[in-house]
Amino acid sequence: MADLSELVSLSAAEAARKIAVRELSATELCKAYLERIFEVDPHLGAYLTVTPDRVIKRATDIDIALDRGETLGPLAGVPIGLKDIFVTHGVVTTAGSKILEHWTPPYDGTAVERMNNAGAIALGKLNMDEFAMGSSNENSAFKPCRNPWDTTRVAGGSSGGSAAAVAAGLCAVALGTDTGGSIRQPAAMCGCVGIKPTYGRVSRYGVIAFASSLDQVGPLTRTVEDAALVLESLCGFDPLDSTSVNRPVPRYRDVLDKGVAGLTIGLPKEYFVDGTDPEVRAAVDAAVEVLRGAGADVTEVSLPHTEHALAAYYIIAPAEASSNLARYDGVRYGLRVPEGSGDASLLDMYRRTRGAGFGTEVKRRIMLGTYALRSGYYDAYYRKAQQVRALIKRDFDNAFERVDVILSPTSPTPAFTLGDKTDDPMAMYLADVFTLSCNLAGLPGMSVPCGRTSAGLPIGLQLLGKPLDEATLLQVAACYEREAAWPRAIAEVV
Amino acid sequence: MSWEAVIGLEVHVQLSTQSKAFSASATRFGQRPNSQTDPTVLGLPGALPVFNRDALEKAVCLGLATGCTIRRVSRFARKHYFYPDLPKGYQISQYDEPLCEHGAIEFFLDGEPHKVRLTRIHLEEDAGKNVHTGSVSLVDLNRAGIPLCEVVSEPDIRNAEEAAEYMRALHRLVRTLDICAGNMEQGHLRCDANVSIRPTGASELGTRTELKNINSFRFVQRAIDHEIARQIRIVEGGGQVVQETRLWDADAGASASMRSKEEAEDYRYFPDPDLPPLVVADELVDRIRGELPELPVQRSQRFAALGLGLDDACTLVAEPALADYFDAAVTAHGDGAAAKTIANWMLGELQSQLNRDDSTIAACKVTPAQLADLVKLIDGGTISGKIAKKVFIDMFASGDDADAIIERKGLKQISDPGAIEAVVAEVLAANRGQVADYRGGKTGLLGFFVGQVMKKTRGQANPKLVNEILRKLLAE
Repeated sequence: MADLSELVSLSAAEAARKIAVRELSATELCKAYLERIFEVDPHLGAYLTVTPDRVIKRATDIDIALDRGETLGPLAGVPIGLKDIFVTHGVVTTAGSKILEHWTPPYDGTAVERMNNAGAIALGKLNMDEFAMGSSNENSAFKPCRNPWDTTRVAGGSSGGSAAAVAAGLCAVALGTDTGGSIRQPAAMCGCVGIKPTYGRVSRYGVIAFASSLDQVGPLTRTVEDAALVLESLCGFDPLDSTSVNRPVPRYRDVLDKGVAGLTIGLPKEYFVDGTDPEVRAAVDAAVEVLRGAGADVTEVSLPHTEHALAAYYIIAPAEASSNLARYDGVRYGLRVPEGSGDASLLDMYRRTRGAGFGTEVKRRIMLGTYALRSGYYDAYYRKAQQVRALIKRDFDNAFERVDVILSPTSPTPAFTLGDKTDDPMAMYLADVFTLSCNLAGLPGMSVPCGRTSAGLPIGLQLLGKPLDEATLLQVAACYEREAAWPRAIAEVV
Repeated sequence: MSWEAVIGLEVHVQLSTQSKAFSASATRFGQRPNSQTDPTVLGLPGALPVFNRDALEKAVCLGLATGCTIRRVSRFARKHYFYPDLPKGYQISQYDEPLCEHGAIEFFLDGEPHKVRLTRIHLEEDAGKNVHTGSVSLVDLNRAGIPLCEVVSEPDIRNAEEAAEYMRALHRLVRTLDICAGNMEQGHLRCDANVSIRPTGASELGTRTELKNINSFRFVQRAIDHEIARQIRIVEGGGQVVQETRLWDADAGASASMRSKEEAEDYRYFPDPDLPPLVVADELVDRIRGELPELPVQRSQRFAALGLGLDDACTLVAEPALADYFDAAVTAHGDGAAAKTIANWMLGELQSQLNRDDSTIAACKVTPAQLADLVKLIDGGTISGKIAKKVFIDMFASGDDADAIIERKGLKQISDPGAIEAVVAEVLAANRGQVADYRGGKTGLLGFFVGQVMKKTRGQANPKLVNEILRKLLAE
């Protein structure tokens, strides 16, 4: 048997190949991951639920099927982690909230089903900011998730558990969701690859909603190839999601070797301004040179409405969230804090349940959203924000007439220290300043590791693409990954 | 001072689709609580809505039948409020971009044509039901998510009778279009009424109240009459009507305040981000327009032109299967002049037999052609109307032709004047005293003699001939 850390360092593609040719058994690989989770995760807090019995059962089934010569999916035997926002049949799903602490769903969402059909093995459920609201994972109702490269620092958010688990070798790949940067920002902070596909590319059915018009599912991986591999199984039309896009899904792995010669990369001047950490800026500038050296044309573009994105986002996302979270009322599932007696008992039950079940940031956003939607203010807030959104989308349309991909830092800073921004919501919101325009415009966006700070903290390079053009993002990212050739290793943590 | 009422109605029409408005869950009535559900109906985290195209077609059908403009792009909106029977904490409805606008409902009242304009018809989903048992409340979500059309009228209605007739007209329409099962007991049509009063002839509107929970034609009339009287009493007593929502209690025959304007909820409507704009293709509208059946108003008018009273015509039209039966029977008979007799048979004998068996016209063994034949036999003098009723009961039970029954039971009418005259002579001979009284002026005794003759002929004598012959012989 191979060395444990060697096994968990395999990329998903490598592991799948070894398992397919029976060089490695799914059971062996899963046991290695489970062992590492039990050893390392107490120091990180990446997992909220681990399901060892189910994992071994499923790994055994897959091994038996493969030994019998059956052909399974492209991810057969690959251990994955699921952000706890994915509804999983029979496995507690909390969305990082007390209000769903003990909720066991009676169904699987589409993304989970597709991963299962591809042969992936879910190890458990990953930590996250409550209802995906946050940029540091400190808003988890259960525990923060720490950065595997420096456990005094945050993993980023809201898919912090997903990024930390991938980086620390606690799963081969993870699924996250991205509403304003929640895949890309933690991927950048933990040194992973993270991609948010075009809105509608991946079904939202069975993904606990934060902001329906912005939420999108995507993978966090250690390599660009793994991202392509997972996307091939994940993307595609779903009749259960009315916003799902009915367009064919390319074989993304075919574009990875194509290089960047002939592609034009746009640098939005609004994203290269003061306020970005100098080490981050330097790393991104260096990455641009790598791509230029590989044959890409580089040019400046303008996204003039960028300065309004944050304001529009913090109207639209809370408005939709205040509506999506109305269902947590203590009546049918999740937490119920028993009502008092008397006429007002139903109202009391609602107040106590929601008062006790939701955390501070979630309550803040429910209040913001409720305010924005109240009668007589809709035009001034929600409608206006949607108009701004249309302008932001147009900025991108204009830019993409001249360029194939837009490049920027993913986050203005590397991972910050736990507790640094918890008392300052505005500072926390600014952590997403480069990522959320992409959600407002519904475009695909990606973060790729582009080096380290002097303190050893990962830095992320963001690539934004045309609608449904995930392939070009992967093509550029793969080229950069190859040319930059940063050493690939899991974080040791202990 | 005399007062006039200004009334607008909002009627929720439950569409008879196989599955719910936004999921594949079944919609069967009377099933085990919470059995007609799925993750979407239950509002489970992560579940999403997908709109039912059949509900769209039914709504477009209603829109076209009421002369509405059909929006080619409309939108679903979320209407928020907290209540245990509302699983998501919001209802998916339509707000500022409804599917249908600017139509009208037409009907007859006391022979006069009426037209009530419609503001809009929009699509939405039904809520579930709370069941209160002692100290516990239970929630049944079988009804939750069933598609509804909310039909909103302009304030064109002036009294309770008109309001009730409007409801009946809408009921006839949705039954004719076959978009709603129309069962009032099961709440397939539910009405809220906005009522205000003003001095007769005034153009300004008074303060209105909204009456909720009026779910039968009779309650619509009673509740609105009650509300108009209540408002007049307040105003004439020097008071002012308060803008509020009132709940009608059918058992008490009174309404009670539910909430005032100040307590009115803010529903925080906004476009549902889970559902793209609802696009209606011209082809769909054209196809549905081409498939529209004859509408109730036209059908009632056609029936009335055949000699039926408008009320009878409307009653037939209210149940499309009954109206179809009528049309088939009139066609089978071949003489439009028989239409009124056929209608009388249907609304009399046929309906009472159906009622007795708690059956429907669809299950009736008597075919329209058989009923037409029976009417022909009466008109041709083969049997009397009275015998025909007996024959019909037999037909209803057996499904046999009237001919066969008459033959089998020997019920053929005696129309031979000689045979009748012999019986009449016999009767007169047996009742000499009554004959003397009749001839002395007690002409009312004629009926007695008719009865005796009918008795002797077991009701088979032609009544017209019996009368003639009796008069002739008594006059001698």
